Amino acid sequence: MVELTDRPFPPARYPLVVVGSGPGALQLTYSLRRLGVQHAVISQEAEPGGMFRRWPIFQRMLSWTKPYASHVRGSTAYERYDWNSLLADDEANRAIMPRVMDGTSYFPSRPEMQRGLEAFASGTGLQIRYGCRWESTRKEGEDFVLTTSDGEYRAPYVVFAVGIAEPWKPSVLDVEGVQQYGQLRPAEQYADKRIFIAGKQNSGFEIASGLLPWARQIVLASPSSARLSVDTRTLVGVRARYVQPYEDWALAGGVVILDASIERVEKTGDGYRVQTKSSADGRQLVFEVDDVIAATGFVSPLQDLPQLGVATFGQSRIPAQTPFWESATVRGIYFAGTIMQGSQGMRKHGIPSNSGAVQGYRYNARVLARHLAEERFGHKPEKRRMKSEEVVPLLLSEASRGPELWHQRSYLARVIAVDADGGITDDGIQPLAHFADRGGEHGGIAITLEANGKDDPYPAVYVRARGKLAEHLMAPHPLLDFEGPEYQAELAGALSGVLGRAPARSVQ
Amino acid sequence: MDVRDDVVDILAGFSLFADLSTPQLENLVETFGEETFVEGDRVLRQGLTGTSFYVILDGSASIRVDEVDRASLRAGDYFGEISCLLGVPPTADIVARGTLRCLVLPAQELESFLIGHPQVMYRLLQGEARKVRTTTRWLS
Repeated sequence: MVELTDRPFPPARYPLVVVGSGPGALQLTYSLRRLGVQHAVISQEAEPGGMFRRWPIFQRMLSWTKPYASHVRGSTAYERYDWNSLLADDEANRAIMPRVMDGTSYFPSRPEMQRGLEAFASGTGLQIRYGCRWESTRKEGEDFVLTTSDGEYRAPYVVFAVGIAEPWKPSVLDVEGVQQYGQLRPAEQYADKRIFIAGKQNSGFEIASGLLPWARQIVLASPSSARLSVDTRTLVGVRARYVQPYEDWALAGGVVILDASIERVEKTGDGYRVQTKSSADGRQLVFEVDDVIAATGFVSPLQDLPQLGVATFGQSRIPAQTPFWESATVRGIYFAGTIMQGSQGMRKHGIPSNSGAVQGYRYNARVLARHLAEERFGHKPEKRRMKSEEVVPLLLSEASRGPELWHQRSYLARVIAVDADGGITDDGIQPLAHFADRGGEHGGIAITLEANGKDDPYPAVYVRARGKLAEHLMAPHPLLDFEGPEYQAELAGALSGVLGRAPARSVQ
Repeated sequence: MDVRDDVVDILAGFSLFADLSTPQLENLVETFGEETFVEGDRVLRQGLTGTSFYVILDGSASIRVDEVDRASLRAGDYFGEISCLLGVPPTADIVARGTLRCLVLPAQELESFLIGHPQVMYRLLQGEARKVRTTTRWLS
């Protein structure tokens, strides 16, 4: 029984319990440890990595890591180019991904991603109780009680980092043999088959791309038109790596892409008959195919949390969350990893955050750890006092190189607090929605990068003075460099009301 | 019932979408996103750009100008259309009263949606006419 006694975090009461061992949980537990917050981590998996131990099904990531960039590997600014490494304070555990990639692609393979996460977990000495499955949840007094395969865990605060990786399909596709993401056969077994894929988001196009060399015919259908990330200039839409089926369709190569609802799916001997109805003119088409694949989305395995009162929304049943990723309806329950996309932020121009991806939620995790430490465990970190002449250069440096702002546009902001007596404090990275909505008479400045779907990203500055919030949008720069004298002068002018006369004089 | 079938049922009862067929409503649900807010959340923020068009599915919200509540909105009401159509920041906060569930369409997609659904555009126009009439009566 050596193994059992050696496993960390036996069932007991802890100040905080984290559930999961994917990148979201790894980043959070690392950040909590650095802040000295005592907590337990449990996971049903046998090793770190979460869904990246299995998926993407065609074994290559959708997020890139550029081995060579304009900034030194391991520097903060380099993180803008490395979407996959987790964040560490010590140099040895920073920018792990370019070290484990073989150089054949700047999209890491799935095994490379897995190796990177394992290297982070072992290199930072993370403690996780593996093989411990969360089964149910209840509230007793101040504590949540998690029933697990190993026994009961109690804690006043729980963070669930359990992903959104449970395939979901609508009832019209609830027909025997209809496959879902994760249930596909090896690609070569689709040789010379006619394949109908329901869904035109990235998972549908990923499957279509993988089967292009094998399938006789591929049909992709869903009611709304496919959008492409190169058109939206955001991660909304099909990523360029998966656009080949779209080009095949555009050049009449044999792929069919339909804006149509799926009215009926019938099993017919060895195949299926699929009836569709055009979204534009109601025209109905019937397809005789060998395989039907549902690429219609994923849900989060929240188990009994909705019964506990956790409100969810949308098809993916994502929990509604506060700006600090706490359940909007059950206080004390938090979320990490891709579920953080349920804290939607300001969605300026309708553009969502990148909290669904590693490059977004790794920063959220660090902010959440600091929030938990300060708000729930009484940590009072010393905040850096600043001189007024330091403010403009810091904010413009953040806009030009701050990875949190680059990856989480109009979502995370660098915040400067200004006291009633004029004292200036660096408040670090915070959710923009929290800054915008906390109200009160506190003065402050927040800078973000904003995207509008048309132009290059540009700095957006929010100034709170005398209880009023004002927005100041700056111009884009073709080289994305916002530190020039014209930006300094403009920002100094915008801040003069909250900082007084000093900034204008400080600009060189 | 599929997760979003309930949204189609709710929309069918709203005057804004009264002229749409069930397939059109199903398509609309695919086109719009969905957001949920809780008590005190700001949906629109007075003076801040980059807003969207919202239709309340469930719950209610306050129209708040300079921190003073001026009116309320409920299921079937919509807001944000003036900012979207004119490209200007909202002149009021919209603040959730309790849990508020909305459909949302980014400003840059509103024009093509309305042109593609002229019946909705007409209903929207009627709504704007009513607002102008109310304002005119209030001023006179």
